[in-house]
Amino acid sequence: MKQYMGHSASLDFSQPEPVDLTSGRYVKLWQGPQHPGITGNMSLELTLDGDTIIECKTHVGYLHRGFEKLMEGRNYIQNFTVVCRIAVPEPAFNEYLYAAGLENLSGIVAPERAQWIRTLNLEMMRLASFLMWIGGQSGAFGLYTVPNWTVAYRDYVLDLFEEMTGARIYHMYMVPGGVRFDLPKGFDQRVLEVMDGAEKLLDQIERVMYNNVVFKARSKGLGVIPPDMIDPYGIVGPNARGSGIARDLRKDEPYLVYDQLDFDIITGTGADAYERAFLRLQETRQSIDLIRQVIDRMPRQGPLQADMPNVLHWKIPPGETYVKAECTRGEYGYFMVTDGTEKIRRVCVRGPSYSHALAVMEKLAVGTNIADIAGLMVSLHTYPPEIER
Amino acid sequence: MSALLDRLQQKFGITDITERHAYLTTFKVEKSRAETLIRELRDLEGYTHLNFITCIDYIEDGIFSLVYMLQNFELNNMLGVHVEIDRENAEMTSIHTLWAQAWAYQRELREMYGVRFPGSPRLDENFCLEGWDDIPPMRRDFDTAAYSTEHFGHLDRTSEEPRQYMKVQFYPNRGGDEQ
Repeated sequence: MKQYMGHSASLDFSQPEPVDLTSGRYVKLWQGPQHPGITGNMSLELTLDGDTIIECKTHVGYLHRGFEKLMEGRNYIQNFTVVCRIAVPEPAFNEYLYAAGLENLSGIVAPERAQWIRTLNLEMMRLASFLMWIGGQSGAFGLYTVPNWTVAYRDYVLDLFEEMTGARIYHMYMVPGGVRFDLPKGFDQRVLEVMDGAEKLLDQIERVMYNNVVFKARSKGLGVIPPDMIDPYGIVGPNARGSGIARDLRKDEPYLVYDQLDFDIITGTGADAYERAFLRLQETRQSIDLIRQVIDRMPRQGPLQADMPNVLHWKIPPGETYVKAECTRGEYGYFMVTDGTEKIRRVCVRGPSYSHALAVMEKLAVGTNIADIAGLMVSLHTYPPEIER
Repeated sequence: MSALLDRLQQKFGITDITERHAYLTTFKVEKSRAETLIRELRDLEGYTHLNFITCIDYIEDGIFSLVYMLQNFELNNMLGVHVEIDRENAEMTSIHTLWAQAWAYQRELREMYGVRFPGSPRLDENFCLEGWDDIPPMRRDFDTAAYSTEHFGHLDRTSEEPRQYMKVQFYPNRGGDEQ
């Protein structure tokens, strides 16, 4: 019989032995929760030998807002205003997955046009999020020109969101059953103009950042993830694809209209921070291409909402589902349990940072230089709010 | 898929097999057999990815249902392994030796539901909460509103007329009559 992970006995998951801090050889240093080199609100408890990290312990809890508990006490449609707040840079994935989960459990199918618009919304979200990430990665290595460009250009994408949904960050647009309203007149053209600009910007970023000798010197060889670490550590998304693992939910388990779009899974081989950064740049370009394809192919007529029950008194039969989508960091999922009442029994939000920011970060940080820890953390694209829902 | 489920049924006595969707099947297994079953799924059946571990509180039945979601990338298929444990004596075998990220989920479940996983690293350290002194907050019998009122209630608070209040604060010896 084929052996899959039997080899994992060779992977050492044990915690490191505590060092003698009274020896005077080691220094304990906290990085975060308020630190420009930390993504979101979490902290790293680092033990240093000189400027080399010999132990890293992660700490979360600075942002816990109890969303999952909150949702158990509200009805289905009230929760819709809550879910987008779980992830600030990518609220759209939460909206989509919550809506898709409820549709899944209640047997509702969103109309085709709504599915195309949802795909457009999610890819625009991916673009906005990657723009912010590129700036973050550049800034983590002390190159501050690129963050100014990308964060500024992200605002053009947010302008599009404002036009499309009425809001810049928390859109509350992909409601259960479809989308709230149609695209405004002339929206297609404005999207294409912003995409043209984004493409030119990415060319400039490639020249300034990815060919920069400082960026290359500091990111190459940093945070190498060998392929045999992927499954034992639960690594997904660009972090896995950077190590040559061709997995992408949009392709492997297509949702919405991804099976009608032309694209390939992008992979790398370097497995280090530079490879992951370059891969994300390529995926940003791919996202622009997908947005153009959606604009080109989406139906112009058709309903935007499925027939829905009265959502104020909506009861969903007992059931259980797990829906997932490929966000910028990998598999993002909603596990939902209903019990036939007007309130959800249990929601568990599964974010990729649960493995990337904790077990993977603690593993990769060891042996790294203190100056590179910020770059390493950003290169894993960790996002603490999805750990503490 | 059905061949695999038949094998699991014979070997581990799994029950309540439910095909939720084409890509997701759930079933229950006894607590004592769960760790061996999960290990076998990982090592021999290609369910190499642990999506998450979570818990559902069925307070009316006095049980917690732990859910281990496992993914097979070759088949693009998922199995949701449900393990029911006693709510009053909530303890489960740790799987931190099977996946590196498992300890984090187990720490969360220890804190939020009070489920113990003996041997799991840093299990009793604070995870999201600091200095928590009540029952685990994700349990169904934890009353969020009562806790908020007790700890952050506004019943004892009074409001002041801002101008008069600030005058008293700035010029307490003059009774706040300074112009």
